[in-house]
Amino acid sequence: MEREIRQILAAHGRLGVDVYSLDADADLYRNGMTSHASVNVMIGLEEAFDVEFPIEMLRRSTFESVASIETALNSLTATLAG
Amino acid sequence: MTTLTNRPADPAELVLEQHRAFRDELLAARLLLSTGIDGLYLRSDRFERIVRGIDAMVSRAGAGTAEETLHFPLLMPREVLERTNYPRSFPNLTGVVSGFSDPTADHAALVQAFDSDDRASWTNLLRPSDLALCSAACHPLYPTQQGTLPAEGRVVEVFGQCFRREPSIDPARMQSFRQHEFVYLGNAEGARAHRDAWIGRALELHGRLGLSVEAVNANDPFFGRTGRLLAASQLSNSLKIEVVAPIAAPSAPTAITSANLHLEHFGEEFGIHTATGQVAHTACVGFGVERIALALLRRHGLDLTGWDPQIRQELAL
Repeated sequence: MEREIRQILAAHGRLGVDVYSLDADADLYRNGMTSHASVNVMIGLEEAFDVEFPIEMLRRSTFESVASIETALNSLTATLAG
Repeated sequence: MTTLTNRPADPAELVLEQHRAFRDELLAARLLLSTGIDGLYLRSDRFERIVRGIDAMVSRAGAGTAEETLHFPLLMPREVLERTNYPRSFPNLTGVVSGFSDPTADHAALVQAFDSDDRASWTNLLRPSDLALCSAACHPLYPTQQGTLPAEGRVVEVFGQCFRREPSIDPARMQSFRQHEFVYLGNAEGARAHRDAWIGRALELHGRLGLSVEAVNANDPFFGRTGRLLAASQLSNSLKIEVVAPIAAPSAPTAITSANLHLEHFGEEFGIHTATGQVAHTACVGFGVERIALALLRRHGLDLTGWDPQIRQELAL
Protein backbone atom coordinates (compact mmCIF):
# COMPACT_ATOMS: atom_id res chain seq x y z
CA MET A 1 0.00 0.00 0.00
CA GLU A 2 2.80 2.39 0.94
CA ARG A 3 4.36 2.13 -2.51
CA GLU A 4 1.05 2.98 -4.17
CA ILE A 5 0.54 5.95 -1.83
CA ARG A 6 3.96 7.25 -2.83
CA GLN A 7 3.12 6.82 -6.50
CA ILE A 8 -0.01 8.91 -6.05
CA LEU A 9 1.95 11.54 -4.14
CA ALA A 10 4.53 11.63 -6.92
CA ALA A 11 1.78 12.14 -9.50
CA HIS A 12 -0.35 14.71 -7.63
CA GLY A 13 1.48 16.03 -4.56
CA ARG A 14 3.69 18.55 -6.37
CA LEU A 15 6.31 18.01 -3.68
CA GLY A 16 9.60 19.83 -3.88
CA VAL A 17 11.48 16.62 -2.99
CA ASP A 18 11.72 12.99 -4.09
CA VAL A 19 8.72 11.36 -2.46
CA TYR A 20 10.30 7.88 -2.58
CA SER A 21 13.18 8.95 -0.34
CA LEU A 22 10.92 10.73 2.19
CA ASP A 23 10.44 9.26 5.64
CA ALA A 24 6.94 7.80 6.13
CA ASP A 25 6.39 10.30 8.95
CA ALA A 26 7.77 13.33 7.09
CA ASP A 27 5.37 16.28 6.90
CA LEU A 28 4.23 16.49 3.26
CA TYR A 29 3.03 20.08 3.64
CA ARG A 30 6.46 21.14 4.89
CA ASN A 31 7.90 19.41 1.84
CA GLY A 32 5.97 21.58 -0.57
CA MET A 33 2.48 20.06 -0.88
CA THR A 34 -0.07 22.87 -1.14
CA SER A 35 -3.66 22.47 0.03
CA HIS A 36 -4.81 22.44 -3.62
CA ALA A 37 -2.32 19.65 -4.34
CA SER A 38 -3.59 17.72 -1.31
CA VAL A 39 -7.07 17.77 -2.87
CA ASN A 40 -5.66 16.10 -5.99
CA VAL A 41 -3.88 13.56 -3.80
CA MET A 42 -7.15 12.85 -2.01
CA ILE A 43 -8.99 12.28 -5.31
CA GLY A 44 -6.11 10.12 -6.57
CA LEU A 45 -6.21 7.97 -3.43
CA GLU A 46 -9.98 7.54 -3.64
CA GLU A 47 -9.71 6.36 -7.24
CA ALA A 48 -6.77 4.05 -6.66
CA PHE A 49 -8.14 2.39 -3.51
CA ASP A 50 -11.82 2.64 -4.45
CA VAL A 51 -12.76 4.36 -1.20
CA GLU A 52 -14.44 7.59 -0.23
CA PHE A 53 -13.02 9.56 2.66
CA PRO A 54 -15.84 10.45 5.05
CA ILE A 55 -16.31 14.12 5.92
CA GLU A 56 -14.66 13.80 9.32
CA MET A 57 -11.47 12.63 7.59
CA LEU A 58 -11.32 15.58 5.20
CA ARG A 59 -8.77 17.33 7.38
CA ARG A 60 -5.27 18.50 6.85
CA SER A 61 -3.88 15.94 9.32
CA THR A 62 -5.24 12.98 7.32
CA PHE A 63 -2.97 13.83 4.39
CA GLU A 64 0.02 15.15 6.26
CA SER A 65 2.35 12.15 5.82
CA VAL A 66 2.65 8.82 4.04
CA ALA A 67 2.03 7.15 7.41
CA SER A 68 -1.11 9.19 8.21
CA ILE A 69 -2.54 8.45 4.77
CA GLU A 70 -1.85 4.75 5.26
CA THR A 71 -3.57 4.80 8.67
CA ALA A 72 -6.61 6.53 7.16
CA LEU A 73 -6.83 4.07 4.26
CA ASN A 74 -6.42 1.11 6.60
CA SER A 75 -9.29 2.32 8.77
CA LEU A 76 -11.47 2.74 5.68
CA THR A 77 -10.71 -0.67 4.23
CA ALA A 78 -11.21 -2.21 7.71
CA THR A 79 -14.63 -0.57 7.85
CA LEU A 80 -15.45 -1.97 4.42
CA ALA A 81 -14.31 -5.47 5.46
CA GLY A 82 -16.32 -5.27 8.70
CA MET B 1 -47.97 38.08 22.61
CA THR B 2 -48.86 37.07 19.06
CA THR B 3 -45.37 37.86 17.83
CA LEU B 4 -43.90 35.61 20.50
CA THR B 5 -46.09 32.64 19.68
CA ASN B 6 -45.44 33.09 15.96
CA ARG B 7 -41.71 33.08 16.42
CA PRO B 8 -40.19 29.99 14.74
CA ALA B 9 -38.62 27.54 17.18
CA ASP B 10 -36.02 26.38 14.65
CA PRO B 11 -32.97 28.68 14.88
CA ALA B 12 -32.29 28.42 11.14
CA GLU B 13 -35.85 29.43 10.38
CA LEU B 14 -35.59 32.32 12.81
CA VAL B 15 -32.47 33.56 11.01
CA LEU B 16 -34.29 33.32 7.66
CA GLU B 17 -37.18 35.30 9.07
CA GLN B 18 -34.80 37.97 10.37
CA HIS B 19 -33.11 38.19 6.96
CA ARG B 20 -36.46 38.65 5.27
CA ALA B 21 -37.64 41.19 7.85
CA PHE B 22 -34.53 43.39 7.50
CA ARG B 23 -34.64 43.18 3.71
CA ASP B 24 -38.29 44.21 3.74
CA GLU B 25 -37.45 47.18 5.99
CA LEU B 26 -34.67 48.30 3.61
CA LEU B 27 -36.98 48.01 0.61
CA ALA B 28 -39.83 49.80 2.38
CA ALA B 29 -37.46 52.67 3.24
CA ARG B 30 -36.27 52.66 -0.41
CA LEU B 31 -32.66 52.44 0.71
CA LEU B 32 -32.47 49.49 -1.66
CA LEU B 33 -34.87 48.75 -4.51
CA SER B 34 -35.89 45.24 -5.48
CA THR B 35 -35.10 43.89 -8.96
CA GLY B 36 -37.16 40.77 -8.35
CA ILE B 37 -33.98 38.72 -8.02
CA ASP B 38 -32.66 37.80 -4.58
CA GLY B 39 -29.32 39.44 -3.94
CA LEU B 40 -29.56 41.99 -6.77
CA TYR B 41 -30.65 45.48 -5.76
CA LEU B 42 -30.78 48.98 -7.11
CA ARG B 43 -29.23 51.34 -4.61
CA SER B 44 -30.50 54.68 -3.37
CA ASP B 45 -28.34 57.76 -3.16
CA ARG B 46 -28.63 57.61 0.65
CA PHE B 47 -27.15 54.11 0.58
CA GLU B 48 -24.37 55.23 -1.77
CA ARG B 49 -23.48 58.18 0.46
CA ILE B 50 -22.80 55.72 3.28
CA VAL B 51 -20.69 53.59 0.93
CA ARG B 52 -18.70 56.64 -0.22
CA GLY B 53 -18.09 57.57 3.42
CA ILE B 54 -16.83 54.07 4.20
CA ASP B 55 -14.59 54.05 1.12
CA ALA B 56 -13.05 57.36 2.16
CA MET B 57 -12.40 56.06 5.70
CA VAL B 58 -10.76 52.90 4.35
CA SER B 59 -8.56 54.96 2.02
CA ARG B 60 -7.55 57.19 4.93
CA ALA B 61 -6.71 54.12 7.05
CA GLY B 62 -4.25 52.99 4.37
CA ALA B 63 -3.04 56.43 3.32
CA GLY B 64 0.59 56.48 2.23
CA THR B 65 0.96 52.68 2.04
CA ALA B 66 -0.11 52.03 -1.55
CA GLU B 67 2.09 52.51 -4.59
CA GLU B 68 -1.04 53.09 -6.66
CA THR B 69 -4.83 53.00 -6.47
CA LEU B 70 -6.75 51.12 -9.15
CA HIS B 71 -10.44 50.84 -10.04
CA PHE B 72 -11.66 47.61 -11.65
CA PRO B 73 -14.79 46.92 -13.70
CA LEU B 74 -17.19 44.06 -13.03
CA LEU B 75 -15.81 42.04 -15.93
CA MET B 76 -12.41 40.47 -16.30
CA PRO B 77 -10.78 38.05 -18.73
CA ARG B 78 -12.16 34.55 -18.22
CA GLU B 79 -8.57 33.39 -18.27
CA VAL B 80 -7.94 35.23 -14.99
CA LEU B 81 -10.80 33.34 -13.35
CA GLU B 82 -9.32 30.09 -14.60
CA ARG B 83 -5.78 30.93 -13.52
CA THR B 84 -6.92 31.75 -9.95
CA ASN B 85 -8.32 28.20 -9.73
CA TYR B 86 -11.73 29.67 -8.92
CA PRO B 87 -13.77 27.24 -11.08
CA ARG B 88 -12.24 24.32 -9.19
CA SER B 89 -12.86 25.77 -5.74
CA PHE B 90 -16.09 27.76 -6.23
CA PRO B 91 -17.87 26.52 -9.38
CA ASN B 92 -21.24 27.36 -7.84
CA LEU B 93 -20.34 31.03 -7.36
CA THR B 94 -18.86 31.56 -10.81
CA GLY B 95 -20.27 33.70 -13.60
CA VAL B 96 -19.09 33.65 -17.21
CA VAL B 97 -20.52 36.04 -19.80
CA SER B 98 -22.20 34.41 -22.78
CA GLY B 99 -22.66 36.14 -26.09
CA PHE B 100 -23.98 35.78 -29.61
CA SER B 101 -20.79 36.69 -31.39
CA ASP B 102 -19.95 33.40 -33.06
CA PRO B 103 -19.71 34.00 -36.86
CA THR B 104 -21.63 30.78 -37.48
CA ALA B 105 -24.40 31.84 -35.08
CA ASP B 106 -27.90 31.24 -36.36
CA HIS B 107 -29.85 34.49 -35.94
CA ALA B 108 -33.08 33.02 -37.33
CA ALA B 109 -33.00 30.22 -34.75
CA LEU B 110 -32.44 32.76 -32.00
CA VAL B 111 -35.38 34.90 -33.09
CA GLN B 112 -37.57 31.84 -33.39
CA ALA B 113 -36.67 30.75 -29.86
CA PHE B 114 -37.22 34.29 -28.57
CA ASP B 115 -40.69 34.39 -30.12
CA SER B 116 -41.63 30.94 -28.87
CA ASP B 117 -43.63 30.10 -25.76
CA ASP B 118 -40.37 29.38 -24.00
CA ARG B 119 -38.90 32.84 -24.44
CA ALA B 120 -35.84 32.16 -22.27
CA SER B 121 -34.73 29.45 -24.69
CA TRP B 122 -33.05 32.10 -26.89
CA THR B 123 -30.19 32.02 -24.38
CA ASN B 124 -29.45 28.43 -25.44
CA LEU B 125 -28.04 29.94 -28.66
CA LEU B 126 -25.43 31.92 -26.75
CA ARG B 127 -21.93 30.71 -26.20
CA PRO B 128 -19.48 31.40 -23.36
CA SER B 129 -17.20 34.31 -24.20
CA ASP B 130 -13.71 35.21 -23.06
CA LEU B 131 -15.23 37.37 -20.29
CA ALA B 132 -16.00 36.39 -16.70
CA LEU B 133 -17.56 38.31 -13.85
CA CYS B 134 -14.98 39.37 -11.33
CA SER B 135 -14.80 36.85 -8.49
CA ALA B 136 -12.78 38.91 -6.00
CA ALA B 137 -11.56 42.47 -6.28
CA CYS B 138 -7.88 41.56 -6.21
CA HIS B 139 -8.00 38.83 -8.89
CA PRO B 140 -7.63 41.11 -11.94
CA LEU B 141 -4.61 42.72 -10.27
CA TYR B 142 -2.31 39.68 -10.33
CA PRO B 143 -1.66 39.45 -14.10
CA THR B 144 -0.49 43.08 -13.98
CA GLN B 145 2.10 42.23 -11.33
CA GLN B 146 4.06 39.61 -13.25
CA GLY B 147 7.80 40.08 -12.84
CA THR B 148 10.02 41.20 -9.99
CA LEU B 149 8.76 43.27 -7.07
CA PRO B 150 10.70 46.06 -5.35
CA ALA B 151 12.82 44.99 -2.35
CA GLU B 152 10.20 46.20 0.14
CA GLY B 153 7.34 44.53 -1.74
CA ARG B 154 4.38 46.47 -3.01
CA VAL B 155 0.93 47.53 -1.79
CA VAL B 156 -1.88 48.34 -4.22
CA GLU B 157 -5.24 49.81 -3.28
CA VAL B 158 -8.08 48.31 -5.32
CA PHE B 159 -11.69 49.33 -5.76
CA GLY B 160 -13.40 46.35 -7.34
CA GLN B 161 -16.84 45.16 -8.35
CA CYS B 162 -17.57 41.51 -7.72
CA PHE B 163 -20.10 38.83 -8.52
CA ARG B 164 -21.04 35.69 -6.62
CA ARG B 165 -23.88 33.51 -7.81
CA GLU B 166 -25.55 32.88 -4.47
CA PRO B 167 -29.12 34.18 -4.42
CA SER B 168 -30.31 34.75 -0.86
CA ILE B 169 -32.98 36.73 0.92
CA ASP B 170 -30.27 37.94 3.29
CA PRO B 171 -29.74 41.53 2.13
CA ALA B 172 -26.08 41.24 3.18
CA ARG B 173 -25.53 38.43 0.69
CA MET B 174 -25.61 40.35 -2.55
CA GLN B 175 -24.80 38.75 -5.88
CA SER B 176 -23.36 42.02 -7.21
CA PHE B 177 -21.25 43.95 -4.72
CA ARG B 178 -18.03 45.87 -4.20
CA GLN B 179 -14.82 45.22 -2.30
CA HIS B 180 -12.31 47.84 -1.31
CA GLU B 181 -8.94 46.17 -0.88
CA PHE B 182 -5.36 46.79 0.07
CA VAL B 183 -3.26 44.06 -1.53
CA TYR B 184 0.30 43.27 -0.53
CA LEU B 185 2.80 41.47 -2.77
CA GLY B 186 6.21 40.55 -1.39
CA ASN B 187 7.73 38.07 1.03
CA ALA B 188 6.03 35.81 3.61
CA GLU B 189 6.84 38.04 6.59
CA GLY B 190 5.62 41.14 4.79
CA ALA B 191 2.37 39.40 3.87
CA ARG B 192 1.71 38.41 7.47
CA ALA B 193 2.61 41.87 8.76
CA HIS B 194 0.23 43.46 6.22
CA ARG B 195 -2.59 41.11 7.13
CA ASP B 196 -2.14 41.51 10.88
CA ALA B 197 -1.79 45.30 10.73
CA TRP B 198 -5.02 45.51 8.74
CA ILE B 199 -6.96 43.37 11.23
CA GLY B 200 -6.09 46.00 13.84
CA ARG B 201 -6.96 48.90 11.52
CA ALA B 202 -10.24 47.28 10.53
CA LEU B 203 -11.30 46.64 14.13
CA GLU B 204 -10.46 50.24 15.00
CA LEU B 205 -12.28 51.65 11.97
CA HIS B 206 -15.45 49.63 12.55
CA GLY B 207 -15.33 50.46 16.26
CA ARG B 208 -15.25 54.18 15.47
CA LEU B 209 -18.46 53.66 13.51
CA GLY B 210 -20.13 52.23 16.59
CA LEU B 211 -20.26 48.64 15.30
CA SER B 212 -19.80 45.69 17.66
CA VAL B 213 -17.23 43.65 15.79
CA GLU B 214 -14.91 40.79 16.47
CA ALA B 215 -12.15 39.11 14.47
CA VAL B 216 -12.66 35.39 13.93
CA ASN B 217 -10.76 32.61 12.21
CA ALA B 218 -12.73 31.72 9.08
CA ASN B 219 -12.75 29.74 5.87
CA ASP B 220 -13.96 30.40 2.35
CA PRO B 221 -17.04 28.43 1.21
CA PHE B 222 -15.04 25.97 -0.93
CA PHE B 223 -17.34 23.73 -2.95
CA GLY B 224 -18.09 20.06 -2.40
CA ARG B 225 -16.19 17.30 -0.63
CA THR B 226 -12.81 18.48 -1.85
CA GLY B 227 -13.81 21.89 -0.51
CA ARG B 228 -14.05 20.42 2.97
CA LEU B 229 -10.35 19.64 2.86
CA LEU B 230 -9.46 23.09 1.51
CA ALA B 231 -11.59 24.78 4.17
CA ALA B 232 -10.04 22.66 6.92
CA SER B 233 -6.55 23.54 5.67
CA GLN B 234 -7.40 27.23 5.55
CA LEU B 235 -8.80 27.11 9.08
CA SER B 236 -5.94 25.15 10.60
CA ASN B 237 -3.43 27.60 9.13
CA SER B 238 -5.49 30.66 10.15
CA LEU B 239 -5.17 32.02 6.62
CA LYS B 240 -8.46 33.91 6.70
CA ILE B 241 -9.51 36.27 9.48
CA GLU B 242 -12.93 37.82 9.21
CA VAL B 243 -14.24 40.84 11.03
CA VAL B 244 -17.86 40.00 11.76
CA ALA B 245 -20.77 42.17 12.88
CA PRO B 246 -24.45 41.47 13.48
CA ILE B 247 -26.54 42.59 10.50
CA ALA B 248 -29.95 41.04 9.92
CA ALA B 249 -29.65 38.17 12.39
CA PRO B 250 -28.01 38.96 15.75
CA SER B 251 -27.26 35.27 16.41
CA ALA B 252 -25.44 34.85 13.10
CA PRO B 253 -22.96 37.73 12.61
CA THR B 254 -21.87 38.45 9.04
CA ALA B 255 -18.33 38.98 7.74
CA ILE B 256 -18.00 42.64 6.78
CA THR B 257 -14.24 42.69 6.23
CA SER B 258 -11.73 39.92 5.72
CA ALA B 259 -7.96 39.76 5.88
CA ASN B 260 -6.34 36.91 4.03
CA LEU B 261 -3.02 35.23 3.46
CA HIS B 262 -2.79 33.61 0.03
CA LEU B 263 0.70 32.16 0.58
CA GLU B 264 2.28 31.60 -2.89
CA HIS B 265 -1.03 30.72 -4.58
CA PHE B 266 -1.15 33.79 -6.83
CA GLY B 267 2.59 34.50 -6.90
CA GLU B 268 3.30 31.12 -8.45
CA GLU B 269 0.49 31.12 -11.03
CA PHE B 270 1.08 34.69 -12.17
CA GLY B 271 4.89 34.63 -12.15
CA ILE B 272 5.38 37.25 -9.44
CA HIS B 273 8.76 37.22 -7.72
CA THR B 274 10.43 39.03 -4.87
CA ALA B 275 13.61 41.05 -5.38
CA THR B 276 15.57 38.03 -4.09
CA GLY B 277 14.02 35.73 -6.71
CA GLN B 278 11.54 33.87 -4.51
CA VAL B 279 7.95 33.24 -5.54
CA ALA B 280 5.99 36.14 -4.04
CA HIS B 281 3.53 35.76 -1.21
CA THR B 282 0.40 37.87 -1.35
CA ALA B 283 -2.12 39.04 1.23
CA CYS B 284 -5.16 41.25 1.09
CA VAL B 285 -7.66 43.00 3.25
CA GLY B 286 -11.07 43.42 1.67
CA PHE B 287 -13.76 45.69 3.04
CA GLY B 288 -17.25 44.64 1.99
CA VAL B 289 -18.58 48.15 1.67
CA GLU B 290 -22.24 47.26 1.13
CA ARG B 291 -22.16 44.95 4.13
CA ILE B 292 -20.58 47.63 6.31
CA ALA B 293 -23.28 50.07 5.17
CA LEU B 294 -25.95 47.49 6.07
CA ALA B 295 -24.36 46.86 9.48
CA LEU B 296 -24.49 50.63 10.11
CA LEU B 297 -28.12 50.83 9.02
CA ARG B 298 -28.94 47.94 11.31
CA ARG B 299 -27.04 49.42 14.25
CA HIS B 300 -28.01 53.08 13.93
CA GLY B 301 -31.37 52.90 12.19
CA LEU B 302 -32.62 53.48 8.67
CA ASP B 303 -32.92 57.24 9.10
CA LEU B 304 -29.42 58.60 8.49
CA THR B 305 -30.32 62.01 9.89
CA GLY B 306 -30.81 60.40 13.30
CA TRP B 307 -27.30 58.91 13.49
CA ASP B 308 -24.81 60.05 16.11
CA PRO B 309 -23.24 63.31 14.83
CA GLN B 310 -19.73 61.97 15.35
CA ILE B 311 -20.45 58.97 13.13
CA ARG B 312 -22.08 61.21 10.53
CA GLN B 313 -18.95 63.31 10.59
CA GLU B 314 -16.67 60.26 10.16
CA LEU B 315 -18.67 59.31 7.07
CA ALA B 316 -19.05 62.91 5.84
CA LEU B 317 -22.82 62.42 5.68
